[in-house]
Amino acid sequence: MSDRAMGRIGESVTRLEDPPLVTGRGRFAGDINLAHQLHMRLLRSPVAHGRIKTVDVEAARAMPGVYAVWTFDDIRDVPPIDFREGRIEKYEPFRQYILARDRVRYVGEPVAAVFAADPYAAEDAADAILAEFEELPAITDGADAPGAFDDAGHRTEADIVTQGYGDVEKAFAKAAHVIEREFVVGRHSGVPLETRGAIGHYDAAHDVLELHGAAKVPHRNREALARMFGRPLNAVHLFESHVGGGFGVRGELYPEDVLVCAAALRFGRPVKWIEDRMEHLLATNHSRQQRHRIRAAVDADGRLLAIDDTFFHDQGAYIRTHGARVITMTCGILPGPYKVADYRATGHFRLTNKTPAATYRSPGRFESTFVRERLMDAIADELGIGRLELRRRNAVGPEDMPYALPLVVLGDDVEYDNGDYVGLLDKALDHVGWDALQADLQRRRAAGEAVGAGVAMFVEKSGLGPSDGAKVTVDPSGAVELITGGASIGQGFETCMAQICADALGVDYRKVRVVHGQTNRIEFGIGAHASRATVMTGSATNEAALLVRAKALDVASDLLQAPADTLDIQDGVVFRKDNPDGPSVGLGEIATQLLPTRKTLGGREPGLMAEGWFHSDHQTYPFGCHIAVVKVDRETGHVGVERYVIAYDIGRAVNPMLVEGQISGGFAQGLGGALYEEFVYDERGQPQSVTFADYLLPTAREVPDIELLLREDAPSPRNPLGIKGAGEAGVTGVGAAIASAIDDALQMPGAVTQLPVTPQRLKVLLDGARD
Amino acid sequence: MTEKTDITLTVNGRDFAVTVEPRRTLADTIRDDCGQTGTHIGCEHGVCGACTVLLDGEPVRSCLMFAVQAEGREIRTVEGLAADGALSPLQQAFIDNHALQCGFCTPGFLMLATGVLERDPDIGEDELREVLSSNLCRCTGYQNIVKAVKSAAATMKAGR
Ligand code: FES
Ligand code: FES
Repeated sequence: MSDRAMGRIGESVTRLEDPPLVTGRGRFAGDINLAHQLHMRLLRSPVAHGRIKTVDVEAARAMPGVYAVWTFDDIRDVPPIDFREGRIEKYEPFRQYILARDRVRYVGEPVAAVFAADPYAAEDAADAILAEFEELPAITDGADAPGAFDDAGHRTEADIVTQGYGDVEKAFAKAAHVIEREFVVGRHSGVPLETRGAIGHYDAAHDVLELHGAAKVPHRNREALARMFGRPLNAVHLFESHVGGGFGVRGELYPEDVLVCAAALRFGRPVKWIEDRMEHLLATNHSRQQRHRIRAAVDADGRLLAIDDTFFHDQGAYIRTHGARVITMTCGILPGPYKVADYRATGHFRLTNKTPAATYRSPGRFESTFVRERLMDAIADELGIGRLELRRRNAVGPEDMPYALPLVVLGDDVEYDNGDYVGLLDKALDHVGWDALQADLQRRRAAGEAVGAGVAMFVEKSGLGPSDGAKVTVDPSGAVELITGGASIGQGFETCMAQICADALGVDYRKVRVVHGQTNRIEFGIGAHASRATVMTGSATNEAALLVRAKALDVASDLLQAPADTLDIQDGVVFRKDNPDGPSVGLGEIATQLLPTRKTLGGREPGLMAEGWFHSDHQTYPFGCHIAVVKVDRETGHVGVERYVIAYDIGRAVNPMLVEGQISGGFAQGLGGALYEEFVYDERGQPQSVTFADYLLPTAREVPDIELLLREDAPSPRNPLGIKGAGEAGVTGVGAAIASAIDDALQMPGAVTQLPVTPQRLKVLLDGARD
Repeated sequence: MTEKTDITLTVNGRDFAVTVEPRRTLADTIRDDCGQTGTHIGCEHGVCGACTVLLDGEPVRSCLMFAVQAEGREIRTVEGLAADGALSPLQQAFIDNHALQCGFCTPGFLMLATGVLERDPDIGEDELREVLSSNLCRCTGYQNIVKAVKSAAATMKAGR
């Protein structure tokens, strides 16, 4: 057998995805064109809050190339966009209609839709629509007093979400110390480099509604669309092609997706919509924005007796597909890696006149990790205990595993599966040479430099169940097709799944064609979100491939006249383990023997194929820590990152190179949220961050190379491969670690209370300290 | 605005006769009229660099130019990098170093780096980072992009 890389689990092989992408043959939403398509352009609200007085579309309708112009009256029959998990009655009044009805509630809300033969003509016509609004006062801060949401008596506080356990008040009454702080996380978002796009098509010949440009959760969106249009599920299909980054925001069901479908159905012509960047920054989900008022009760040794957190979640104008997911997650994961005897989190779910918010990579964890780790620093500083020592004292230990908390994330009871949190911290400290680093930083500070280091610990979650399936088929040529209900948003899904399949089956991963995001190929699918794909779809793939393997060995045992358990498969060839160079048979030949027309079937089901399922009761909880070393320029307020170490226990890495890629990419996004990125609004609710010149994505100049300490010490006991997710580990701790490092650099404990730490904010801190 | 002109664009050595409005961007024309959709559009305001093409050998933002301005000039796009099916050293280095995830920024980075390495094969690391910082990538955190370009530069030098 050859010894070239077969792409087994654990091998850093190159990606199957890459060849078309480096040669310009990718097929992103913008690259899809259907015959006779119309182009959609939206008129969006210019005011943050207002009553619609008139929308006069006559002039627009008369313009050359214009096919139709719609306002709310034209889509009255289309219900507002529902929640992914089905009905949530108390949030129903806050759902968004696909075109604004009576009121607009954020700048960028779709008010009218133009359909024209050419995108330039559609844009011209949208400009010609005369719309008038009676402006109403805008609520621009989730921590401000709630107001009226509508004329039906609904208030802008949609809900108060609570989680907790134990007797918090009692704990505070007996605490040796109470530490209370306020922390703020800014509004930012995934901002993938490809904007959104959607192409609706009604295939009248088969009575099927198609949506192209789907991503993330095609199967769930298919259900939602079928409900909204009153169509059977099998008369709606979604198709994912190349996706230019997801990060949680792309692939939710947005008004534009529904509009192109509605128009395609009504016009009998394909309708294409490609978002422009300004629209993207106004219309695609924002995320993160929360203000926490948190207090901790600790004993004389700094042990956490209780945490009591009240926070305001700035949801923006509507509740979108996620419902209360981010706010619930924040409550459920805030305690993180520490033992907190009594706990209470109270989240105010507040609507504001800004772009609606939902999940962005590491939702609820980036925020809560910042808040919790800042709190830990504050306790350490106030009690005069070292920041690391305090963490050690409070961390959940390996002896506590599995560690269950009466909390819920994503509808799943929290139970950390395994791990040695402090052990990993020690390895990370070892890696940076913590003591030497401290000495060096001290020396440099004494010489006048503002340099410092910070540490953050966190617990992630991944692999939300309950079930996922996959199908594996080997054809008579020996080629393997793996059909999944997963989705690929650029994270290397195809390669990872091909590796898992190849490893279980015994083929070269390059032989495996991976299908994803096509609802007409597989009945169910969980898509790609919440770092589920590798764990759930990967485990299902493993199951399916093992079934195919067993079937292949069964047939081969007839052909080779040897018991199945004496056989092995490598590079697609079955042979006897005790005689690798002896008689053998290829998987393609076995597939041929299994054709329905063959006598060799011998009572077996035809086809060398199988469907595999994986079920899981609990998520897995990977964990990690971040160490940041920064240098602050006191004059400009600029923060430069000198070193950044991420230690992460992934359980088992399918492809370490891809994991590293995920983590570096996540880090860059975390860094953006920590230092640069922010959607700013003025007091009238006018967005100030509507181009890449105002919303600052980090570039190659700002993002340093990270040092990754990827460990596989704690394989998950919750799936046969031991894998945990990797998608979010790079992001989660960045805000917290950078904040701590800035404190240290300035020698101002607790200075950073708000993200992002822009130069302006840092200047204010420095000037405040000077006075 | 709808008066159109006939122009001929030379993309990767092939002539495309197209009829465009004067306001039509080069990016849209390359993509929709010439059918070369490898060039991507990420912002249309000159910041992200996804639309970078080489114009007479110089990297330019094709979203900031009108198609009519490119007439008679030599346009190179990502589709023209591989010669006879063989990937260019940069393309290969992007694969080998995992310098792409979603791949949306990739054509822009490839064209930017191709232009840079053709002009200055010995470019130093700092300067390279500086140049590469003119394009945006949201997936990779850049470290593998820098690594890939450096490794391609070395390969190209060895092959000179
Ligand atoms: S699309 Fe041209 S620079 Fe962004
Ligand atoms: S690889 Fe996705 S933007 Fe660069």
